[in-house]
Formats: sequence, C-alpha cells, structure tokens
Amino acid sequence: MSEKPIKGEKRVFLTGNEVVAWAAVAAEADIMFGYPITPQNEIMHYWTRMAPRFNKRFLQTEDEISAGFTTNGGVLAGLKAFTATAGPGNTLMQEPISMAEMMRLPVVTIVQQRGGPSSATVIYSQQEVTLTTHGGNGEGMRVVYSTASHQELYDYTIKAFNTAWKYRFPTFVLGDGYQAKMREPLTIYDPEERGIEVVPSYKFIGGAGKPGVDRPPVQLRNIYNMEEELLEVLEEQFAEFGKISPDVAECEYFGCEDAEIVVTAHGVVARGAKSAVKELREHGLKVGYFRPITLRPLAVKELRDIFSKAKKVLVAESANGQLDQLLKYAAYGLTTEMVSLFKPGVGINSEDIYDKVKTMLEN
Amino acid sequence: MIKPSMPKSWRVDTKPHKFCPGCGHGLVLKALGQAIDELDIQDRVVFGCDIGCSLLAWDFFNVDTVQTHHGRTNPVMTGIKRANPDLICIGYMGDGGGYAIGSQHLVNAATRNEKITVILVNNAQYGMTGGQMAPTTLPGMKTETTPYGRDVDSTGYPCQGPEMVAAITREGAYVARATVVKPVPLKNYIKKAIQNQMEGNGFSFVECLSACPTNWRTNNVETINFVENEMTKYYHVGEIKVPPPKEPLKVKTWTKIPAMEVQKNG
Ligand SMILES: Cc1ncc(C[n+]2csc(CCOP(=O)(O)OP(=O)(O)O)c2C)c(N)n1
Ligand code: SF4
Ligand SMILES: [Mg+2]
Repeated sequence: MSEKPIKGEKRVFLTGNEVVAWAAVAAEADIMFGYPITPQNEIMHYWTRMAPRFNKRFLQTEDEISAGFTTNGGVLAGLKAFTATAGPGNTLMQEPISMAEMMRLPVVTIVQQRGGPSSATVIYSQQEVTLTTHGGNGEGMRVVYSTASHQELYDYTIKAFNTAWKYRFPTFVLGDGYQAKMREPLTIYDPEERGIEVVPSYKFIGGAGKPGVDRPPVQLRNIYNMEEELLEVLEEQFAEFGKISPDVAECEYFGCEDAEIVVTAHGVVARGAKSAVKELREHGLKVGYFRPITLRPLAVKELRDIFSKAKKVLVAESANGQLDQLLKYAAYGLTTEMVSLFKPGVGINSEDIYDKVKTMLEN
Repeated sequence: MIKPSMPKSWRVDTKPHKFCPGCGHGLVLKALGQAIDELDIQDRVVFGCDIGCSLLAWDFFNVDTVQTHHGRTNPVMTGIKRANPDLICIGYMGDGGGYAIGSQHLVNAATRNEKITVILVNNAQYGMTGGQMAPTTLPGMKTETTPYGRDVDSTGYPCQGPEMVAAITREGAYVARATVVKPVPLKNYIKKAIQNQMEGNGFSFVECLSACPTNWRTNNVETINFVENEMTKYYHVGEIKVPPPKEPLKVKTWTKIPAMEVQKNG
C-alpha cells in the first residue's frame, strides 16, 4: 500500500490543475495517460511529480487519440485510469470516448476548455459543452460535471471517479482555462474520512481462470452485424442512463420562487451570475439563480419547475448558445421567454450580468 | 473423414470462422492459436483486434478479447499492458490499420519499445471496405481506388513496415516478416514474438504476407502465386531484428592455454 496522500483535512491555496491532480490521487486513481495541451498541462505536471510518492503511473502518449485509447486499455485491465485535455485535444478524444460509451467503460476525462473553433485561444472558453456532452458518433451516454470553483474541482473530480465506476458511463469534469490557472483557497480532504465511499475498480479482462475452461472468455466488441442487435444494446444503455439520471443530475438555485427573471449559467460564469443575483436581490429585485452542475444528464425536473414559474430566463455563457441549446431542449413546451448573453470564448463577470438584468427589467 | 485439427485455444463454438474461403486471416490465426497452445498461455493472453477483416476475430479464441477501433489497437494494448504487465497483449490488425490510420501509434509504440506483440496482416489492400489501395499495395496493382493500377509517382511505393519498425526500435525488439504460404516459420515467428514480450525484452512485431482472394479476384493458384511470387518482390520474408542473446556467448577469448591438470586419482 502506498502512503495515504491526504490525512484528515487541509486548507490549501492552489491552482485548479494542481487541485485536479490532488483530487485524482485522493480518489485513488492509478494511472494517467495524457498529451500536452494548454490549459491542462499542469495536471500532468503535478501528477507526475506525485507519482513516485503515491505509487502512481503515467504515460505521455503520441496524441489524444492514443491518450484516450490507452485510458480505455487501463480501465479494461482494472485500473482507475484517466486523462485530461482541452480544445482540439478534446476533439480527438471523442473517438476513444465513443468506444468507452459502446463498452460502458468508466473512463474519467478532465477537460479544461479553451477557445474554439480550431486552436483559437489557450486561455478560456465554454465552447466545449456540445462536444463534451454529445461528442462522437453516439448518443451522449456520458456524465458531465461542470465545476465553478477550486473546491468543486476537488469535490467533483473525486465524484467523477466514483460515478464512473459505480454506473459504468464515461465521466467528464468540465473546467476551463480560468479555473485551471487561477489560484484559490480550498479544503482538500481524505474522502473516506468524510464518509464518501471511494468506489473500487475491477477488472473487465484478465480475471482469474482459464477462459473457455474455468470461465467463459470476456469478449468485448463495438461492431454489430445486424441493426436490431445494435438497437438492443443501445436501448439497454438508454434505459440504464435514464434510470441513473435522477441520482446523478445536480443543480443549484436560489431566489427562484417569486423570480421574474431567472439567471442561468454554468461553470465559472455561474459565479458571476450568483453574485449579480445576490446584489439584485439586495436591491429588492425579483431575480433568481439557476445553475446546472451536471450538463449531462441535466436536472430536468428542477429546471422545468423553475423556468415555468419565471417570466424570463437569462442564459449567460462564454459560448454562442451551447448551454442555451441544452436548456431549451429540456424546457421544450414551456412558454417562458429565453434571453441570451453570449460571449463565445470571453469571460462574463457579475457586472455584465447585473447590467443585462437591469436593462431587461427596465424594458 | 479426418477433421482438420484446431488449436486448443480456438473457440470451437464460433467455428467455422467468418472469413471468406481462401482468406489468409484464418491461417495467421491458426498459427497464433498454435503458438498460444505451445506456450500454454491461454489464461494470460489478451487479444486485441482492429477494425478491418481482423474484427471478425473478436470471438475467435478462448481468450479475453477486445475489439478496438480502426488503427487503435496498439494504444489499447499499450494501456492494458501498462496497467497489468502480467498479461500478454497481442494486437491483431490489417495493413491499413497498422500502416495508414494507426501509423502514429505503431511508430510510437515501437519507439517506446512497448512490451506488446503486434501481428499485422498484409494483404496489399483494404479487405473489409471492399478492396481499396493500402500503403502496401504493389506498384501497378489494381484496386478499387487505383483502377488503372497503383501509380507510384502519385501514391508512393509499398510500405516497408517491419524494416521501419526494426529501424526505430531499440535493442530487445523482435521484428519479422512471415508469409501464410510457409506455415511453420509463420508460427515460429509469432511464437518468438510472444516469447519476446514474455521475457520483457521489447516491442515484438510480425508482419504476415496474406491473401485476400475476394478482393484480388483470384482463384486458388493465382492467389498463392500472388503471395509467393508477386508480394515477395517487394517484401523480404524472414527475421529482421532479433534481440541479442542474454547469456554471454560461450566463446573463449583468451589465448593462453591453461596448464593441463594431471588427473591424479583417476
Ligand atoms: C476511423 C475509421 N475510418 C475508416 C473506417 C473504415 N474501415 C474499416 S476497415 C478499413 C480498412 C481495413 O483494411 P486493413 O486494415 O488493411 O484490414 P483488412 O480488412 O485488409 O484485413 C477501413 C478503412 C473505420 N472503421 N474507421
Ligand atoms: S475480404 Fe479478403 S481479407 Fe477480408 S475476409 Fe475476405 S478474403 Fe479475407
Ligand atoms: Mg489489408
């Protein structure tokens, strides 16, 4: 047994990428595969520095396709394997993720969003929402947590491993360049001491016994001969995903009961939204706040409930309507007006949101 | 009637196999089955098959098997091996999978000297998708995308895969080119390539010259002739790189002859 990385609780002041590396260690991740891309590089840097101390492994692969497929291999062999990427790397990562979806492999991927399309910027964005929730040639059978703070990066990276290994769906932590590079105070902790079960990993292949003699061989495929065969596999996945969705979906909200306007944002933009709404409330204005934490699956019940009571919903995001699209799909049939504040690849602060809400109230 | 003998590691319930009659894949997989039997490693092998006609082998053996994506078998095998070095990882792919779409993975797995075994079936074109040009297509050879014959000026010369792998691997790697028309060396090379992994020496690679009568549109005689006489014009069959012997060679290098001992109590 390697040394327990974190004993009890500890107040720290770290960058987001460092937080992710610590959280992966705390979640008992075993091996990381990665390819350098800004702004996720330091996840690999911190992981490789910690690796010998905590008996962890790392492989720098030739590209993100390989990082994703080696991660699939690591998981197949029974280790908690993960990778981290961003932007064009996330594009490449979708091919291995689609294999993981087909075989229900609990791979964990950290995405630190950067500008898009193409190589765009290495700084910040929220333009990887569509890709991360629905990338690949499949049906989006994955869980996506969108974090808003360093504390959440820690909490949800641990949770991502647990969700992946509990439910067997590929799981993402969706951060961004701001979260990756900023330094913030947070508390790191040993999850078990907080009563959080660390879900153990298990082998998909290479178990004990001689295949065909002591046990049937494990033979996993991703290609089927008949349309009906595939449909059967997919329908089982949809049913399973539907069943776990209420347990997995998370959101946070306040001030929505009597709100005329509900401000909706995810990730780091939700911080600005939260403080703007607080300020507007202090001025006696009927404004609420809603933030989906899981972008896939969405907390549809709460969302519909809250949106249906509001007159207007303001959607703020650093993309040109990627969150908006998810929300509108979930809110289908409601007549609430949806107003947008889109700044693709650019940060949105609380003043932006405050001003926008003010003009909405005045008109 | 005498039934053809099947390797013990084959899954009997999935036979007859799904390859076309006369296909070389079955011969390569027979050799692999024999090698697994002789090494008695059925319980430690993980077989990874690519997308290409090799995908048809996903339920071929009584060994744990993962069907991966076109060209991505090497990274999957690498991930498994890195996670559990006790397993013997055998990747199985076509020439399109290994040399075209997955060439970066082959090059880098070889450069890193990954302790995996790769068996690549060279049938000079893309079998599964209906006979298009591959990096291995012979000059002048007609395929669906070179209907007038492969023009080397615009599409290049046949890819020399094992020679490339031999050039970029470190000592310890095993590289060979076999052919389905010579089943004994075919099995021996595959066996050595697996043993080399088991000994932890390095990357192990066997290209197998194979036949695709369906897309070549050849009869029995023409098929064998093509493998034996046409492919070998460009592809040298034999061992290309073998690891140096671990034991020092038992050759005496001193010149001074030690004094003869007289046997006293004979
Ligand atoms: C990413 C991707 N591109 C293309 C294909 C289509 N495809 C399937 S098999 C194949 C070629 C197979 O040729 P080869 O690897 O030589 O194997 P063979 O069938 O000849 O044994 C192609 C292009 C695919 N499955 N995936
Ligand atoms: S298409 Fe060619 S390679 Fe594929 S199974 Fe048939 S003969 Fe074999
Ligand atoms: Mg081929």
